[in-house]
Amino acid sequence: MNIIEEIQKSSLKKKVPTFKVGDTVDVHVKIKEGGRERIQIFNGIVIARQGSQAVETFTVRRIVQGEGVERIFPLHSPNIVNVISRRKGRPRRAKLYYLRQRTGKSIKVKERLGEIPGADTIDQTAKKTPAPEKETPKTKNE
Amino acid sequence: MVTELLGKKIGMTQVFAENGDVVPVTVLEVGPCPVLQIKTDKTDGYNAVQVGFGAGKKKNLKKPMAGHLKKSKIEHPQRVIREVRFADGETGSKELEKFKLGDQLKVDIFDGIYKVSVTGVTKGRGFAGMIKRWNKSRGKETHGSNNVREIGSTGSDTRLTHIRPGKHMPGHYGVESVKVLNLEVIRIDKDKNIMLVRGAVAGPNGGYVVVHKTNLVRPAPPKAETKKKSVHGQRK
Repeated sequence: MNIIEEIQKSSLKKKVPTFKVGDTVDVHVKIKEGGRERIQIFNGIVIARQGSQAVETFTVRRIVQGEGVERIFPLHSPNIVNVISRRKGRPRRAKLYYLRQRTGKSIKVKERLGEIPGADTIDQTAKKTPAPEKETPKTKNE
Repeated sequence: MVTELLGKKIGMTQVFAENGDVVPVTVLEVGPCPVLQIKTDKTDGYNAVQVGFGAGKKKNLKKPMAGHLKKSKIEHPQRVIREVRFADGETGSKELEKFKLGDQLKVDIFDGIYKVSVTGVTKGRGFAGMIKRWNKSRGKETHGSNNVREIGSTGSDTRLTHIRPGKHMPGHYGVESVKVLNLEVIRIDKDKNIMLVRGAVAGPNGGYVVVHKTNLVRPAPPKAETKKKSVHGQRK
């Protein structure tokens, strides 16, 4: 198993963006058009984080013209340039799949603003010096 | 030319390609394989090297094998021993002159190789029924049917009073050698004797495999930015 872990380590990012399930985020995705590269921003709510190490992915859901759109991003993909947390959420569960059944305002209500005592790691200072090893289990336990 | 090497399947994971694509890979430990015997046209009628892989416990070494391995100065029994064929005739014999007993063949023989084929032994499934073994569909569970996982009819005619040879039947399934063709080599780690190939390989983790070279060539990358000409005549 160790060899596999080592191989995964080679594709880990040094700086892992910090965000949690329930956050409204901007995902900066590198996109190649012809020969040029540009960065596209995908905005939405993180409804799940899955996997660990290099295999970790997160699912972002947003509503586009009344239609729900979900994208699954590999967290450590070199194409994911940055993930910026715009609005912190306070979910009561780890996977927010119930948002798929909701429309309109009810999607918003589930997310709450404000700090959670003792659980706030998503502030600006933490963003600059992320501690990925510590960060991941916390999100899972939530 | 050494065309194949012995190895072990470590497991699967994923890595990122240069363009950010996720690539599913199987991690293989390939080599080092010591040369145990050199067979030449003159002495054996064909050209080959016998190689081993995977050191076993010394106490399990039987005397006849110990004598055989002693020639290559190897003390541990080898888990797998296999011959790697060389070209017939003089071309092969000449290549064989480069090798001597006890030489270690390593992953680096796959340097620059685009694709390999990997032989593994599939997981054993024991005595399996029709559904698992031959992908048959299931019978009804309700409406009084007892035909849930049965094999169904085995023949048709009263004239043909035997079952046709080759008829799919339940039986032992798995533990068969399966060669997966043309897997792309993603990465080679010479220090750790590790090779990553794209896709799956038959067998359990820890199972022994044989990695074969193929002579496929990596296609040239598509030329960037050649302006597309429209197929239909464009109006100005």
